[in-house]
Amino acid sequence: MVSPSPSTLHTAYDSKIEGNVIITRVDAAINWMRKNSLWPMPMGLACCAIELMATASSRFDISRFGMEVMRFSPRQSDVLIVSGTVTYKMALAVKRIWDQMPEPKWCIAMGACASSGGMYRSYAVLQGIDKLIPVDVYISGCPPRPEALIEGLMKLQTKIEGEKSTMDQKKTFMEESA
Amino acid sequence: MSAAADVSKLRESFGEKIWETLEFRGEQTVKVELGSLHDVLAKCQKNLGYEMILDISSIDQFGDDPRFEIVYEIASLDDSKHLRIKAKVSEEESVPSVTDLWVGADWHEREVWDMMGIPFTGHPNMKRILMWEGYPFFPLRKDFPLAGRPTDMPDVAFTGVAPLEGGPFVTSGGAEDVVKREPRARVVE
Repeated sequence: MVSPSPSTLHTAYDSKIEGNVIITRVDAAINWMRKNSLWPMPMGLACCAIELMATASSRFDISRFGMEVMRFSPRQSDVLIVSGTVTYKMALAVKRIWDQMPEPKWCIAMGACASSGGMYRSYAVLQGIDKLIPVDVYISGCPPRPEALIEGLMKLQTKIEGEKSTMDQKKTFMEESA
Repeated sequence: MSAAADVSKLRESFGEKIWETLEFRGEQTVKVELGSLHDVLAKCQKNLGYEMILDISSIDQFGDDPRFEIVYEIASLDDSKHLRIKAKVSEEESVPSVTDLWVGADWHEREVWDMMGIPFTGHPNMKRILMWEGYPFFPLRKDFPLAGRPTDMPDVAFTGVAPLEGGPFVTSGGAEDVVKREPRARVVE
């Protein structure tokens, strides 16, 4: 094996742009940007919301993951954190907030109640928010500790990392034009 | 003046209208007939110094007749005395509102209506307080299943049936002992 000579390898070398160019896929770049600035919509409905607040506070500090920008307007949020018991009276209000969030959007069911109704097997409580809106990550616990919520958000980051949004877009475009 | 003295005063003025008086560990309970319930409560508020209503609750004695029992907890403002007044209510009857005596009775009576379905006459705003207007059931009645019943009001709210492992667990009202009345898996139509 003869390795290419250094002179041919560096023919395109330009010291002015070297270091300012990276080569990647569009999906990878988009996913990297999305996952590192998740803006949560806090849907605090019960005691889980206290843990959610603790997660956002200095001791646990989710700004280390770029998620500290809690938006109380669904129109500015990426991830809906349903933290607490969803009663039937509240259920359609949660759905309405979810519908107002712009794409791309994700949903985290935080704690037993949001995931499955929890201990409330009753006439008044929706048995899991996934009956109304699609859920990306379920977090167990009653309520989950802030570490568990951070773990769930990191799971969501991993999920976002693997998304192929532009590839899928291209595929549908090609199929439609074919 | 103590609650016990008030009970004998009530006995003097209402006589036969008071069915029973009970004392248990210093707590005074007066059972009155529904027709004179408002008069008894008015006397307590105006003459005997029970300025405050603590709670209004209701009991479903499913299987008995009359079915319901309504319970008033009243107290004096300095908390020196406390009185409990009970009356039996059948399913067709309605209870005179005491919002003219205590303004604070407003929400308590609405909750009793919402959960148990006992109507009040003379209430300024007799509508549901916890469930939404249009919900067709009274969930704290003994014949309502714990899992709930499916309902749907488009754009307002819906309800479903909760999964209960082996349930629903419901009490057997009117059974002779506590063990038989325990909530157990039993299907109620």
